[in-house]
Amino acid sequence: MARQMTGAKMVVQALKDQGVDTVFGYPGGAVLPIYDEVFQQNDIRHILVRHEQGAVHAAEGYARSTGKPGVVLVTSGPGATNAVTGLTDALLDSIPLVVLTGQVPTFMIGTDGFQEADTVGITRPCTKHNWLVRDTDQLAETLHKAFHVATTGRPGPVLIDIPKDVQFANGEYVTPKSAKIGTYNPKVKGSIESITDLAAAIETAKRPVFYTGGGVINSGVAASQLLRELVQATGFPITSTLMGLGAYPASGKNWLGMLGMHGLYEANMAMHDCDLMINIGARFDDRITGRLDAFSPGSVKAHIDIDPSSINKVIHVDIPIVGDVGHVLEDLLRVWKSRGRKTNKASVSKWWAQIKDWQSINCLDYTPSKKTIKPQYALQRLEELTKKYDRYITTEVGQHQMWAAQYLNFEDPHRWMTSGGLGTMGYGLPASIGVQMAHPDSLVINVAGEASWLMNMQEMGTAMQYRLPVKQFILNNERLGMVRQWQELLHGERYSHSWSESLPDFVKLAEAFGAKGIICNDPADLDDAIMEMINHDGPVIFDCLVEKHENCFPMIPSGKPHNEMLLGDASTKDAIGNTGAVLV
Amino acid sequence: MSPLKIKKGSTSHSAYELRDPNAEIIERHTLACIVDNEAGVLARVIGLFAGRGYNIESLTVSEIDHESHRSRLTVVTTGTPAVIDQIKAQLGRIVPVHEVHDLTVDGPSVERELSLFKVRGTGEKRVESMRLADIFRANVVDSTLESFVFEITGTPEKIDAFSELMRPLGLVEVARTGVAALSRGAG
Repeated sequence: MARQMTGAKMVVQALKDQGVDTVFGYPGGAVLPIYDEVFQQNDIRHILVRHEQGAVHAAEGYARSTGKPGVVLVTSGPGATNAVTGLTDALLDSIPLVVLTGQVPTFMIGTDGFQEADTVGITRPCTKHNWLVRDTDQLAETLHKAFHVATTGRPGPVLIDIPKDVQFANGEYVTPKSAKIGTYNPKVKGSIESITDLAAAIETAKRPVFYTGGGVINSGVAASQLLRELVQATGFPITSTLMGLGAYPASGKNWLGMLGMHGLYEANMAMHDCDLMINIGARFDDRITGRLDAFSPGSVKAHIDIDPSSINKVIHVDIPIVGDVGHVLEDLLRVWKSRGRKTNKASVSKWWAQIKDWQSINCLDYTPSKKTIKPQYALQRLEELTKKYDRYITTEVGQHQMWAAQYLNFEDPHRWMTSGGLGTMGYGLPASIGVQMAHPDSLVINVAGEASWLMNMQEMGTAMQYRLPVKQFILNNERLGMVRQWQELLHGERYSHSWSESLPDFVKLAEAFGAKGIICNDPADLDDAIMEMINHDGPVIFDCLVEKHENCFPMIPSGKPHNEMLLGDASTKDAIGNTGAVLV
Repeated sequence: MSPLKIKKGSTSHSAYELRDPNAEIIERHTLACIVDNEAGVLARVIGLFAGRGYNIESLTVSEIDHESHRSRLTVVTTGTPAVIDQIKAQLGRIVPVHEVHDLTVDGPSVERELSLFKVRGTGEKRVESMRLADIFRANVVDSTLESFVFEITGTPEKIDAFSELMRPLGLVEVARTGVAALSRGAG
């Protein structure tokens, strides 16, 4: 049913029709007509952030924790350019977002008008697709198409640039059902021949490993269920990228932990020595592969990915399967079961014995301290004291992020929100706000470093305004820890600009925002302080003063293969004894 | 006290792998894409090549079906086989790109390019340029007492050859359209 309405009204109507309940945004001259419509309705909640980058990260947090697309509304020019980091972050981590930007009126485009920027030009390489709508009659269809493109195939951010005169003008509204979505329909079913090849490989593999990624989570909860079934039925070990944590439960008996540059020793060794690698929804990122020509040299590699460009991009695979993880796993299970559910049990149990040997190294061991809080200890206590809660974790980027991935356990998908591909410092605080909006009664913790946290600290104002009880758990080492670590290990201990002088008093900062501030520097007080944080009904900034010079281990130095991992001081001795391959 | 005994100049000083993993032979491929004729589609394709460091040897684009707003974009590119595969996959990801055909591997194909050559000269050189144009089946589309503009259609190799011959005869300006290509046969 076609209806006449203004472009601004269409925006709000289309969002409602798409089932949107929350929009993160910031008003400005070129979006005032849309904000006027937002004012006159109650179905969609608008969250006023403090900076447009925060709006996009908050929408990412919302999207990752719900599986629904996140929606952002910002103005032209600086509003759009401030959104660019968030768009790029979402593109690299395949997060569905619909970002609406205002634009100067169509007759002013190209005149360098006030707050004019070539938004579609600037965001072309950092969106999955974008549109400049010049005609109100096209607006509704474009909005519906945007949701389709953002959520179909490999998800990603899309942007619609809407000139102010298009918002004011009248046009015909079409509903999602009657809109012509177009021809964008990536295939979801994998080739049965390739799936059968993989089933056959599973039957004979002696040293198999599942290597899973964010694609499993993006595919939906059902895909995680199918993965769990497949892992249990085959008995194969499983590791995951940073992005895929939670798809398989950390308490599962086949779980090896995260792999990659700061992944677990056993996971990386299994990747290096396996004879069958089954990549499910991961993309052979350089943080995962280490040195390419020494990456898992003896294995047959299968790769399930919905994006054909991920296949053979950096690593040549033997069994490529283009399709949605959920659909492919369903077919794989069916084919493998119908062929008699066979695995090479004897060899696989020998493989497990080898893996147990690697696990016995305890690569996450660290030198404990009674005097200072070790960051690893802080996260172990955080895990212990919060694991029973309905808990969501976001992070900033750096050492704390890697420690969080190592020491926190995730039992379910959508519980872990971190900037993986782009590594965006300043992601965690706004993301925690987006998560808390979607899950008002859950415990949402941003594990942060003080340097990252300061990058978007203005969003504490948003948390206060909407009474979002987000917990900012800051591991404060007064350093850019990961930069400092690289400088120590690789640049002759010349600590060029990697420590912060003049840090704020975080407790006073919390109080200035009207939040609660907690400071803790004694391991003996840590548990009580964490409980105080959890039990406070409102936003908390927790300033956890940790050991300043702790390095994050294990670590695969860049340009090294998986079996040349560095282990922490505590376990190095054992590592040499057990495997001569470990580089000291 | 670095636990890493890394030699100077080694790639391990970088957060990235600095070696080229694809040090193989370079191939030349002609790709044809059917795209929506909408604003920015060419920018998307060019941005992809520029952003990911692929080569464009030539690129032509024009609307081929007004009703359905479809354009055909023909791009000649070079790269290792792995890079060519990646280019095709990346083109396929662009939302308004509907089909990507690799005419170089899909079977026999014809490639043609149109060019205009301005040749200035008098006397024997002028006569010689005319004679050679005849051999190449080039047409004269403009002439003055001391110049010709030749129009020539053919494969890029034929046009290269013509260009080489015209140079000593007073070639002053060239305009080439880039390659348009179709697969041979009824399919």
